Amino acid sequence: MTKLTDLTMAEARDGLAKGAFTAVELTSAHIKATEAQRHLNAFIVETPDLALDAAKASDARRQAGTAGSMDGLPIGIKDLFCTEGVQTTAASHILEGFKPPYESTVSGKLKAAGAVSLGKLNLDEFAMGSSNQTSYFGAVENPWKKTSAPKAKLVPGGSSGGSAAAVAARMVMAATGTDTGGSIRQPAAFCGITGIKPTYGRCSRFGIVAFASSLDQAGPMARTVRDCAIMLGAMAGHDPKDSTSVNMAVPDFEKALTGDIRGLKVGIPKEYRPDGLSDEVAKVWELGIEWIKAAGATPVEISLPHTKYALPTYYIIAPAECSSNLARYDGLRFGLRVPGKTLDEMYKNTRAAGFGAEVRRRILIGTYVLSAGYYDAYYAKAQKVRRLIAEDFRKAFESVDIILTPTAPSAAFGQGEGTDDPVTMWLNDVFTIPTSMAGLPGLSLPAGLSKDGLPLGLQLIGRPFDEETVFRVAGVMETAANFTAKPEGI
Amino acid sequence: MSLDKATVRAIAELARIEVKDEELDHLAGELSNILHFVEQLSEVNTDGVAPMTSVADITAPMRADVINDGGYPDLVLANAPEAAEGFFTVPKVVE
Repeated sequence: MTKLTDLTMAEARDGLAKGAFTAVELTSAHIKATEAQRHLNAFIVETPDLALDAAKASDARRQAGTAGSMDGLPIGIKDLFCTEGVQTTAASHILEGFKPPYESTVSGKLKAAGAVSLGKLNLDEFAMGSSNQTSYFGAVENPWKKTSAPKAKLVPGGSSGGSAAAVAARMVMAATGTDTGGSIRQPAAFCGITGIKPTYGRCSRFGIVAFASSLDQAGPMARTVRDCAIMLGAMAGHDPKDSTSVNMAVPDFEKALTGDIRGLKVGIPKEYRPDGLSDEVAKVWELGIEWIKAAGATPVEISLPHTKYALPTYYIIAPAECSSNLARYDGLRFGLRVPGKTLDEMYKNTRAAGFGAEVRRRILIGTYVLSAGYYDAYYAKAQKVRRLIAEDFRKAFESVDIILTPTAPSAAFGQGEGTDDPVTMWLNDVFTIPTSMAGLPGLSLPAGLSKDGLPLGLQLIGRPFDEETVFRVAGVMETAANFTAKPEGI
Repeated sequence: MSLDKATVRAIAELARIEVKDEELDHLAGELSNILHFVEQLSEVNTDGVAPMTSVADITAPMRADVINDGGYPDLVLANAPEAAEGFFTVPKVVE
């Protein structure tokens, strides 16, 4: 029999339904895997006892015939989601010890669907980073290794790097991620798994530690397209507690996986071939185009002329929103407090000690671009360019049904590489940020391996609230890619 | 635009983040690089373009102006670094 930790969620769901194994057995196997892979530093907090209790309750529900859509399936929760009574830190010193008295809507929905959480997963501090090296609780290691340098530690991508590493290393079957500029898709690509950022508004942001509110969106990360569809179904839906969550029906995403994409027009944006795009990534993209052609869809060259401006636009809008959102960390109400003689001094001491370098940098830039005299030159300008970027996509979708691009310009890189210059590091998100700026759904799936044995991802971008077409095309591409590689020793 | 040390100090003050003197040079350099990078937006013609404040094409919903949650001061104060008599405490602000 296949190892329990190698099953997909869909397979485990069927196994549980047939009584082939119990939720307690499934959970225990994954708890063992988290212990065996602890060196990856994927978890900030492990909650094995809570998980076993939840698994027992799940088995009881199944006996009673009241099992939910994810009942008994072991998952991990990115430590950006508030979880009632369980420490939630956003990987920041400033929130160390914070135990929310409430549950985020998305993690609560997953619980309600029966999912069993194994704990809180590591991330870049406040989700700010593309390599998971900015966490106060230490960097996460990618379970994949370069064949040419098997000892070198690679980054898992970010910010949902703990989620991606835990799923890739079979510690959990799936995990929640959040994506502000690519934080689900880029780590999914680096770790050889699948992840989707749904349309902005599809999932509630209530109880998710805010980074940039006009961009943040939760989504699932799992090993297959079907598993992502199952999990998104459990996460999505209107929430009166988040006025940006959209009040529309949640489709049955799993049903969208028909395997038939005949007649679809697939946009290939010519601007997604920047200097520095690795040859391997370009080749995998070509391969992806061949797969969709073979399945009866038609690639169509399109132009998204404002693509090159998405990154600079993002690095005005996201820091501006973060400087405002992170004003709440003041040493008064929760988390760290560093004393000072005056109130202002206490604020300043607390925030200096509590925030890491990348977070401080973004707060300072955000404060600057919002300050009197610079607001119009930077922030208002960026909001106008953002509209042009979104318009590019709207026009493109008049002639195509979906867009296919690489997810990241390269495979995973080594820990410590590229950390000197923030702007260089940010280039990792060059293909994911435009989608975020336009609020569109974007999915990354593993499409092949680099010469050095590392996963490479492809991204599918859909129309607003058309995750179904994204899943449908992703399902066909997944079959064609037949990505069966696993990290060594997993 | 390049930021000088005085400007960085002023921004840090606005952001309520203590920055040590010896960090100012380095920070000014980093922040200036970021500003140089984002300034390529000035090439884009945005005449007549309305700023985009939300990507979701929805009207903000209204709700009745009533209290529908609350009444648990203990939970609100549970994570406070310092609380006393049902309140958050702050350093003395009035002599």
